[in-house]
Amino acid sequence: MSDTTETKKRSTLGKWTRRSFLATAGVVGGGLALGLTLSPNRLKMAADGAATGDEVLLNTWVKVTPDNKITVFFPHSEMGQGAGTGLAQMLAEEMEADWDTVSIVQAPVTEEYTNSDLGRGYIVGEGANIPAFMYPMLDFAFFQIAGNLVGQMTGGSTAIRLTGHHGMRRAGAAAKEMLLQAAAADWDVPVASLTARDSMVTHEASGRSATFGALAAQAAEYSPNLKPALKDSAAYRIVGTAKPRLDLPEKVNGTAQFGIDVTVPGMVYAAVALPPIRDARVAAVDDSAALARPGVGQVVNLGDAVAVTADSYWTASRAIEALGITWSGGQTELSSASVRAQHVSDLEGGDLEEMDAEGDVAGALGQGTSLKAEYEVPYLAHATMEPMNCTVSLSGDRADIWVGHQNQLFARNAAAETLGMEPANVTMHPVYLGGGFGRRGDMDFVTLGVRIAQSLDTPVKVIWSRETDMTNDTYRPAILARMEGAVQNGRISAFSNRYIDARSGMPDSERPFDFQYDVPNRDIARVICPSPIPVGTWRAVDFTQMGFFHESFMDELAEAAGADPLQFRIDHSGNPRRRAVLERLGAESGWGETLPEGQAIGVAMVDSFGTVVGQAVHAGVSPDGGVTVHRVVSVVDCGRVINPSAAEAQVTGSVIYGLTSALYGEITLEGGAIRQTNFPDYEMIRLENAPEQSVHFIDSDEAPGGLGEPAVPPVTPALTNALYKLTGNRIRNLPITKSGLHVA
Amino acid sequence: MAISFNLNGNPVSVDVDPEMPLLWVVRETQGLTGTKFGCGIAACGACTMHVDGVATRTCVLPVEAVAGATIKTIESIGPDTPSAVQDAWLTHQVPQCGYCQSGMIMAVEALLDENPTPSDADIDDAITNICRCGTYDRIRAAVHTAAQLRREG
Ligand code: FES
Ligand code: FES
Repeated sequence: MSDTTETKKRSTLGKWTRRSFLATAGVVGGGLALGLTLSPNRLKMAADGAATGDEVLLNTWVKVTPDNKITVFFPHSEMGQGAGTGLAQMLAEEMEADWDTVSIVQAPVTEEYTNSDLGRGYIVGEGANIPAFMYPMLDFAFFQIAGNLVGQMTGGSTAIRLTGHHGMRRAGAAAKEMLLQAAAADWDVPVASLTARDSMVTHEASGRSATFGALAAQAAEYSPNLKPALKDSAAYRIVGTAKPRLDLPEKVNGTAQFGIDVTVPGMVYAAVALPPIRDARVAAVDDSAALARPGVGQVVNLGDAVAVTADSYWTASRAIEALGITWSGGQTELSSASVRAQHVSDLEGGDLEEMDAEGDVAGALGQGTSLKAEYEVPYLAHATMEPMNCTVSLSGDRADIWVGHQNQLFARNAAAETLGMEPANVTMHPVYLGGGFGRRGDMDFVTLGVRIAQSLDTPVKVIWSRETDMTNDTYRPAILARMEGAVQNGRISAFSNRYIDARSGMPDSERPFDFQYDVPNRDIARVICPSPIPVGTWRAVDFTQMGFFHESFMDELAEAAGADPLQFRIDHSGNPRRRAVLERLGAESGWGETLPEGQAIGVAMVDSFGTVVGQAVHAGVSPDGGVTVHRVVSVVDCGRVINPSAAEAQVTGSVIYGLTSALYGEITLEGGAIRQTNFPDYEMIRLENAPEQSVHFIDSDEAPGGLGEPAVPPVTPALTNALYKLTGNRIRNLPITKSGLHVA
Repeated sequence: MAISFNLNGNPVSVDVDPEMPLLWVVRETQGLTGTKFGCGIAACGACTMHVDGVATRTCVLPVEAVAGATIKTIESIGPDTPSAVQDAWLTHQVPQCGYCQSGMIMAVEALLDENPTPSDADIDDAITNICRCGTYDRIRAAVHTAAQLRREG
């Protein structure tokens, strides 16, 4: 065995063998550090934002140290989806790593990776020809998917299907090849005579073997192969198994550090008051009572917000209440009714934009049985369990920020812009996210923290109260849709939908507006009517609106055709994956079986983010309108399942998220103010009304689809379709309380 | 005036506004951040600690009310070897984002102290914490597993 544990330090990166622009390797701490950066044009990403063209960076990092430990740096925020573990599984599989020696780190984490030439060198390699537009993404070796990636945030819907599939697998396979090459050179044997398994390279003929750790430094001498041979999925031993999530031990003993837990020496706490009326401004602040309170520091008037600092958050939040703030202006006339009236007038008189048109809808509507219906959904808050917060420390021309964010790179750039600093001078420190759901992809809570810090000469942790969080969200938009359809000879002959697009931020390329069944004559058109209050992505966002509309109307069409709703869906699903999901749903859900008195099953299916989900809801209604959700069955085709346990958790969690919105969810506006302020008026499902669940994955070798969001949309229409069977009343507006029902 | 209580086995004395909720005293003056802030109005359970053995929402509990009391936080559970509840939580892979889980675990520890063999209905009654990630089905299974682990000692 060669002396491969010798630390081969290099003073500069300059001597590195020129490798592909896309892959670099180097020696770190005597081991191998391999980085892979992909820019797959063929992914056809939407391109509105910093990057020009349709390129996206998928940076993958693996480090092997002489003690034979493997560290996988994963470029996504951990907000509960277990992405880090799943990504590490994909890499370890191809690398033939011993899973027990693998650990994960959310990148960037150490100084060397975040703000030195070394980190930069690791990413791009010496002398690489980097397109200028990529600089913002490469600076500081920031390990992030570009934020313009189909407008999505870091999350379960992109991590596995993009970073993992394209980046992690190849980085693992390339690392394995380099380790094999190192052993082959050292032992003077052909690479083909060697095998790698469980972090060990073995030459069977001679019985020689060496650990990855021992070979790592030497392996770093070789160029990573950008197109290494990938394993046949039949040989997988790590992918597809329910490896325990690597982040969970610290999430059961209180040591996991979330943004709100950060402590910076010398910091003060700040509470904030944001305008009670949309877009109101601060006219005057009487701060005498607040400043008189013990422990209170400063009052910061930002014009559109007021902050108070103190030696404790509670003291600051009490002082906020003691402030006499006079607000002026704002959209006082704004109400849920005014938003709805705008939607109606826009649908009737606004500019229609065709999204999907085929055949002769008008002609088909005139034949057979035709029906029309108007549907709507309200604004919804994200209500992440951890309220928004941001900790900022400024010193000279540098800034350090601790914030749970779904897009650390864009958050850094937003902070830098606010500060008038080079992005390179802003360091983002990764922390766990106490829920994201799209909310933590916005910049408002980052820039507010930064602006408050600018008025202070100490570091500050800004915490939003639950009330501030709920009344200053970037909501799932309220929208309205008018659908028409016709059935003839048992088939849907026409479908049309006119809907309001309130601009959630979801790119059209995801096609949430598609009617996902085979219909010859289609006419789907929108009127863009931007929301007067901030809106944004919200776990599956547009698919939750369209899913409810289309999947409820599908049941209306089935009834008009005198058909069984499930069979009707199957009969209109030429797409084999959707069809298979629906058929399996029939087999798993008890569809067609006799149910206990007072219970019914509804079904729905939505295909989103590359994943098809069919759901069946068993519900009951009491004579006084009390709704009980007994059971939810989900059938999921998300392609290859990387970690069945983590995947199941994403589905069951999504079911709760979707059901919560159907049963309780509504944000309303009155006099320009949000009426719901905390959990009693924006209620959540709890254990006592959480249904029994089962999740069935379609066995598939297809590339992985997203899983953080796709199981949210179908559950709501599946529920309301069941309730229709029980009550005879079609629910066309949410939550169910608007139809005289309530949670039992 | 200083207020004294026992925190995770250690006597502590704090000189703060007596109205300051225990949650913030523990998080900010004692530096134990495992207990979380979720709502501030006793509606979510993220801030659950044990006060003299009783699961208590501490975001609305003035510190003066716990003078002389024994307080236990998530940091006292385990901490060297996982408790039966923590063990069951890992077996069932309960947490998602994890933010609510300190409060959940403290509520479940207290439930099992009082009722070693809870039925589903007992669990529903006792555990009213919110988990926005929706981990409820695994929580329910893990409570039963934890109860069994405790019985087996
Ligand atoms: S923070 Fe105390 S119950 Fe929610
Ligand atoms: S695990 Fe995220 S709120 Fe419960």
